[in-house]
Amino acid sequence: MSNEGRPLSPHLSVYRWPITMTLSILHRMTGVALSIGFIALVVWLEAVALGASSYASLSVWMSSGIGQLLLLGWCFSFFFHLSNGVRHLFWDAGRGFEKSQANASSWMVLVATFVLTAAYWLVLGGML
Amino acid sequence: MSLRSPLGRVLGSGSANDGTEHWWAQRVTTVALLILGLWFLISLLQLDNYAHATVSAWLGHPFSGVMMLLLCLTIAWHSYLGVQVVLEDYVHGPLIKVVSLLISRFAHAFLAIAAVLAILKVSLGGSL
Repeated sequence: MSNEGRPLSPHLSVYRWPITMTLSILHRMTGVALSIGFIALVVWLEAVALGASSYASLSVWMSSGIGQLLLLGWCFSFFFHLSNGVRHLFWDAGRGFEKSQANASSWMVLVATFVLTAAYWLVLGGML
Repeated sequence: MSLRSPLGRVLGSGSANDGTEHWWAQRVTTVALLILGLWFLISLLQLDNYAHATVSAWLGHPFSGVMMLLLCLTIAWHSYLGVQVVLEDYVHGPLIKVVSLLISRFAHAFLAIAAVLAILKVSLGGSL
C-alpha cells in the first residue's frame, strides 16, 4: 500500500504564519522541555535522598551558568505551558474559538508567561 | 444501518480500541498539575535557603511528601501522554515509532519509581 504521489491537502506552508501557530508549536516544545526537566527534578530528589555531599555537588552544577540557564528555561517553559494549558481548558469548555479571541488569548498567554517567569525568577533570586 | 454491536457502541471504542481516555486523562492531569505545580513553585519560594538540611527537612514533612509523590506521579503520567502524541506525530518509520514509544514508556516508569523511592526515603528514614 504505497501512498506516494497522492495529492496532499494544503499544509502549514500555504498559510501566513499567525500568532496562534507560534503558540501551538511552542506548547509542544515547552512540553518536551518540561519532560526533560522532569529528569532533572528526579535527579534533584535523588540527590536530596542520597545525602549532603551528593546534594552539594548537584548544587554546584545547578548554580553554574549552564545550570542557571537551564533552570530559567524550565521556568519559562513551565509558565508558558501552564498559561497555554489554561487556554486549552477554555477551548475544551467550548469558549474562545473566534479568530479574534484566539489571537487575543495568544497575546495574553505570552504576556502572562513573561510576567510570571520574570517575577518568579526575581523573587527566587531575592531581588523582589 | 450500523454494523456496530450494541456492546461496541456502549464501550465507545473506535478502531483504535480506546475512546476518549487519552484525551480525558490529559485534561485531568492538567488540572491536577495546575494545583501541584504551583504548590511546588510556591513551596520553593518559601524555603529560607536551599541547603541540604533545609530541603530535606521540607521534603521530610508528611504534607510535602504526599504532595511531591502526587506531583511526580502526575508529571510522569501527563508527560508520558504528551510525549506519546509528539512521537506518534513526528516519528514515521513503523519500527522506530514502536521502539521510541516503548523507550518513552519505560523511561517514564523508571523516573516515576525513582522519584517515589527518593521521596519515601527522605520521608521515612531521612538521608544517610
